Amino acid sequence: MNRSPLLEIRNVTVRFGGLVAVSELSLQIQPRELVGLIGPNGAGKTTAFNLVTGVYAPSEGSILWEGQPVSGQKPSLIAAKGIVRTFQNIRLFGSLSVLDNVRAAFHLRLEGGFWGALRRDRRFEQEEALIHSQALELLQIFGLENAAHLPCKSLPYGDQRRLEIVRALATRPRLLLLDEPAAGMNPTEKVELTKLIRFIQERFGLAVLLVEHDMRVVMDICQRIAVLEYGRKIAEGTPEQIRKDPRVIAAYLGEEVPSDA
Amino acid sequence: MRPRLFLLLSLVAASTVSFLFTGHSANHWPLAQIDPYALNILVLMGINILLAVSLNLVNGHAGQFSLGHAGFMAIGAYSSSFLTLSLQKHPALATLPFRDPLLFAAALLLAGLLAALAGLAVGIPSLRLRGDYLAIVTLGFGEIIRVVIQNAEALGGARGLTGIPPLTSLGWTFAMAALAIYTVGSLVQSSFGRGFLAVRDDEIAAEAMGIPTTRYKVLAFVLGAFFAGIAGALYAHFIGFIAPEGFNFLKSVDIVVMVIIGGMGSTAGVTIAAALLTLLNELLRQTEQYRMIVFALLLIVMMILRPQGLLGDLSRWFPKRKDRS
Repeated sequence: MNRSPLLEIRNVTVRFGGLVAVSELSLQIQPRELVGLIGPNGAGKTTAFNLVTGVYAPSEGSILWEGQPVSGQKPSLIAAKGIVRTFQNIRLFGSLSVLDNVRAAFHLRLEGGFWGALRRDRRFEQEEALIHSQALELLQIFGLENAAHLPCKSLPYGDQRRLEIVRALATRPRLLLLDEPAAGMNPTEKVELTKLIRFIQERFGLAVLLVEHDMRVVMDICQRIAVLEYGRKIAEGTPEQIRKDPRVIAAYLGEEVPSDA
Repeated sequence: MRPRLFLLLSLVAASTVSFLFTGHSANHWPLAQIDPYALNILVLMGINILLAVSLNLVNGHAGQFSLGHAGFMAIGAYSSSFLTLSLQKHPALATLPFRDPLLFAAALLLAGLLAALAGLAVGIPSLRLRGDYLAIVTLGFGEIIRVVIQNAEALGGARGLTGIPPLTSLGWTFAMAALAIYTVGSLVQSSFGRGFLAVRDDEIAAEAMGIPTTRYKVLAFVLGAFFAGIAGALYAHFIGFIAPEGFNFLKSVDIVVMVIIGGMGSTAGVTIAAALLTLLNELLRQTEQYRMIVFALLLIVMMILRPQGLLGDLSRWFPKRKDRS
């Protein structure tokens, strides 16, 4: 088999009734690549996320994961293949502790099922202990280990966002989709986040697809950026190319504005 | 307490109890002279605990609001009674050693399995529904079961079934309640069972983390129904008489009240609430017509003062010491 990209979005269109949310979008992501997806509000970025993660099925076109079609499969099956996301509006498991939020995401790696939980034999205990320590280890990387037993809702906003990333990492994804991870963070937190995303990309060998409004974060991290406007891809290239692209500048700022983003 | 230890201890306790206090045979053992009225209340308590703990898995842990628990109970009650009524006089079984316990065990198993099958049948189509809509569908299901039984001549129609052999003992009830508490308790304290809580808290996020939400919801329904069916069988073989009216919507509401007062998702709280409400029910027997008023008031007061239920989330009361840093 020749090397196919990790993820390939091929000519995908989504319509909601008469509204075309995403139109003939094509995008490829290679293993371990950091790709940014930007665009003004309502450009279809989150819809693109929902397509890749199986929340919506494309009206036309197809999505391939390592060359195999995955469009139209249930989100849990797609997550099992290694595509895992965070959410723009935080969606933690609200009544669970910080640690349990992470442990819940170990489901894909769980070996003992229903009967194991009832038997409670040695293997069960070993697996529980392993999950406990691995979850704590992940929290440690993000400096959240001291909050492990707090209710997740009691965390400050920025930490809740980071906890979402921890939770996603717990599934051992190969492609991590981050939906506006910097939203609501202050400048210091954003710098930290930038470092963190680079760090986890290296440490876990992930490909990352990042939707973000903060240009500094995107330009800083991404090797390649795709720009959406009204559901269409209007540009794709390195941060340098995107920065200078007149269509992108027009989409974001209108005409005749110096591009110092 | 470690769940496995709990199961072991309760089973030992249950068999001891059933040996000492056999409810129905006039007994040779001095301890057996327990007040029959108290014995009755204890058995009813056990049955209610079984019902409340199993409903709590569906409503509390998995977050799927079901109002049809009495329907599953009816399936268990009728199927088990049908079995014991048709087999108890069967000549082939007359000489079988331990005939009654074996027959009853088979009846309980049949009751649980048939109810679980019904749970599967309701669970799958109801999965596209949430909240109020799901509640209405399950309510409708419970009523359909009742009406079907009411019109089935083979099951005695509206008159019900009588002469059901009194096979339920305190020991059986205890053992079954312990089994339900163990099952639900150890499930939700495992990584596998954490899936139920994730589905309850945020279905979309759960699905995105690879948790098969559909399977968890169906499993909750099936398990909940299984134990409700067993509770129905225990009830039928305790009272000796069942009629469709006993499994109406109000019965389902009774169980929901126990779950809400005990605290959604708290097995210990729900167990205590089921026991307390059984007692309260007995205290109010003289003033039966005001019972629902008292229950309603109790619910309202709970909603205002302790919406999380009697115990609420126990883990917040007793944080594990080694975890605090």
